[in-house]
Amino acid sequence: MSKIDNSKRNFLKTSAILGVGVSAPLIFTNAHAAYRNEPKGSTVTFGFNVPQTGAYADEGADELRAYKLAVEHINGEGDGGMLNTFSSKALKGNGINGKKVVFVTGDTQTKSDAARASAKRMIEKDGAIMITGGSSSGVAIAVQGLCQEAGVIFMAGLTHSNDTTGKDKRANGFRHFFNTEMTGAALAPVLKNNYGTDRVAYHLTADYTWGYSQEGSIRKYTEAMGWKTAQAVNTPVGAGDFSQYITPVLNSGADVLVLNHYGKDMVNSLTQAVQFGLRDKQVNGKDFTIVVPLYSRLMAAGAGENVKGIFGSTNWHWSLQDAGSQAFVKSFGKAYGFPPSQAAHTTYCQALLYADACQRAGTFKPSEVGKSLAGFKFDGLGNGPTEYRADDHQCFKDVLVVKGKENPSSKFDVLEVVEVTPRAQVEYEASMLGGNLGPYNNG
Amino acid sequence: MDAFLLQVLNGLDKGGAYALIALGLTLVFGTLGVVNFAHGALFMLGAFCAVTLQSLLTLERVTLDPEKLTAWGTPMEIRTPYIVEWFGDFGMTLIDWSVPLAILLAVPIMLLLGVVMERGLIRHFYKRLHADQILVTFGLAIVVQEIVKAQFGANPIPQPAPALFAGSADIGLWLGFAENAVVYPWWRIIYLLFAGVVITSVFAFLQFTTFGMVVRAGMADRETVGLLGIDIDRRFTIVFGMAAVVAGLAGVMYTPVLSPDYHMGMDFLVLSFVVVVVGGMGSLGGAVAAGFLLGILQSFASMNEVKSLLPGIDQVVIYLIAVVVLLVRPRGLFGRKGVMES
Repeated sequence: MSKIDNSKRNFLKTSAILGVGVSAPLIFTNAHAAYRNEPKGSTVTFGFNVPQTGAYADEGADELRAYKLAVEHINGEGDGGMLNTFSSKALKGNGINGKKVVFVTGDTQTKSDAARASAKRMIEKDGAIMITGGSSSGVAIAVQGLCQEAGVIFMAGLTHSNDTTGKDKRANGFRHFFNTEMTGAALAPVLKNNYGTDRVAYHLTADYTWGYSQEGSIRKYTEAMGWKTAQAVNTPVGAGDFSQYITPVLNSGADVLVLNHYGKDMVNSLTQAVQFGLRDKQVNGKDFTIVVPLYSRLMAAGAGENVKGIFGSTNWHWSLQDAGSQAFVKSFGKAYGFPPSQAAHTTYCQALLYADACQRAGTFKPSEVGKSLAGFKFDGLGNGPTEYRADDHQCFKDVLVVKGKENPSSKFDVLEVVEVTPRAQVEYEASMLGGNLGPYNNG
Repeated sequence: MDAFLLQVLNGLDKGGAYALIALGLTLVFGTLGVVNFAHGALFMLGAFCAVTLQSLLTLERVTLDPEKLTAWGTPMEIRTPYIVEWFGDFGMTLIDWSVPLAILLAVPIMLLLGVVMERGLIRHFYKRLHADQILVTFGLAIVVQEIVKAQFGANPIPQPAPALFAGSADIGLWLGFAENAVVYPWWRIIYLLFAGVVITSVFAFLQFTTFGMVVRAGMADRETVGLLGIDIDRRFTIVFGMAAVVAGLAGVMYTPVLSPDYHMGMDFLVLSFVVVVVGGMGSLGGAVAAGFLLGILQSFASMNEVKSLLPGIDQVVIYLIAVVVLLVRPRGLFGRKGVMES
């Protein structure tokens, strides 16, 4: 009996060793081995996870327009947009790796749990090979974590917190948009040139991850050039009426108000600060000034004339004259009748960059696509020479410092670019923001 | 002292908005016994009356400039408002004053909306549980929100105050402070005065007119008033319309303070319910008093000196007060016996 058992055991052991031995080369070396949602037919599915309801629905709608345009261009329809100016010529306008791109959409609602649920649905039910989009850092970090666990690539949309590619970075996540560290590094010299080094700032900060990140970066760079910080006050997200936070600024001794607010909060706090006469005030013998570190042209329009002359930063602006930007504006404007926002630009770029990486890798397998994107240097997508840094999956490129335009020629002409800050000036060590990419997950 | 005074003004201003919304809520609850979660949507619809009037006044003649092209290659559009073409400077003045002028548009529209809402939907829920009323009115609010979003988008739409009131008043000088020690935006001062006028008008209407007397009698004992041969339902329908007008006017005049968007009603709704509960369900005076009280306390809780002692107090102070009031005085500050008590 025991002899028979021994034989069985030996047989199983031998089989297992043989099995592993035969399959190992396939698992570890064949890029075409099974992975999460490997496309089998003639199409490959992208998952566009954008806010379709809630306060950022208009920004989400613009992201979706850009994604649709990107899909058209990848599939060889339309005028080709920035594919014509993109330095990589891997994509031929016939889809990716011989497959046409189709897409499904989800609604993030700008809520982390809703965004994760819609991303999960697109991965599990719709077979999305990649998830992209969003208009909030909280959402981006939540969905990035989900994509890492699920084993698909996440191409972040509009997310500006350092944490997305800092302490919360993941191997499967990639960000084209800039971050608060870059905003601080780009904006501070312009503030110095315009307002000098002897200033006292008062910060109103949105009470969540992006707000803290933005305040920290601006304080770091402005204090380094000699500014003092009178006070930094957290304000609830969606406060609506900020008057009780603005009135203490009046007699605080500060001569600069920094509004670390985005979207609707920025519109309301800026409008109300101007109503309280802050822009016309004189303090310490200087003209009082307001700074809005992160501008969204789409939402700045909501603040009307109050943005005039106020400095901030943006990832991209439709008035740029380089060939890539012009090609994108032309393509988008013809399709929709108005210029694209920075959210539309970054999401369009992300779709193209992912498609290009898959084409160059010859597969959709996340680890191979990730390796293809990490360290990738490119040009022709509207931000000048750009690199997807391998250490943190953050794009490094020039940063735009903008100002509310004094004499706009149309309702889209809200901001003007005052300086293109070179990449070298906004670059930092990846280790500075902490975090660990970890390994790629193929699902 | 100047910081104290500024926070009092902030509180009064904020309280004015709370009081106006809560007044309408209490009117509806006191007369019809309906917990109306769509009341915030009426505030938002009032604000969008201002947006609509501004859109109408700025309807533009669009001509194409054959010599200039847009960045995407189509001819540049030259836009001129019809009203400026027709009336010149007077047209510009009308556009500038679009927010106060929107009151003229908001009164009939909100009255009509209120009456249609009450006759078409709310009256079918008079005898249903409060939970049913809450569900149906909350659902209605969401539908209204989505319609407004589909029409006007999700972004805030700026509604500037008339240029005459764009700056700030140096209130400090009037009170003997140094120059620029206490400055406050003109429009907020006007909003506070406006809230006072509307609240006084509603109270005067209810107190000094026959219609108001019947309504007050109906609020106290609906059945007896009905037995006297008075069509109290018709009067209550008009009261619902009045409540809609009050909420709408609050919304119109608040637009220069808060650029309107489709969600602004919901932002105020919860706070206004807390105001009603603290003031006492069904008490008009309680709603107004609690509106101003909570507005002022919320402003003081936001002072840096207070926040440094109790971090985050600014975000919870209203709810803390509601809890304390309900524990100590379950009917609210001015609540009447029997209201919401079975």
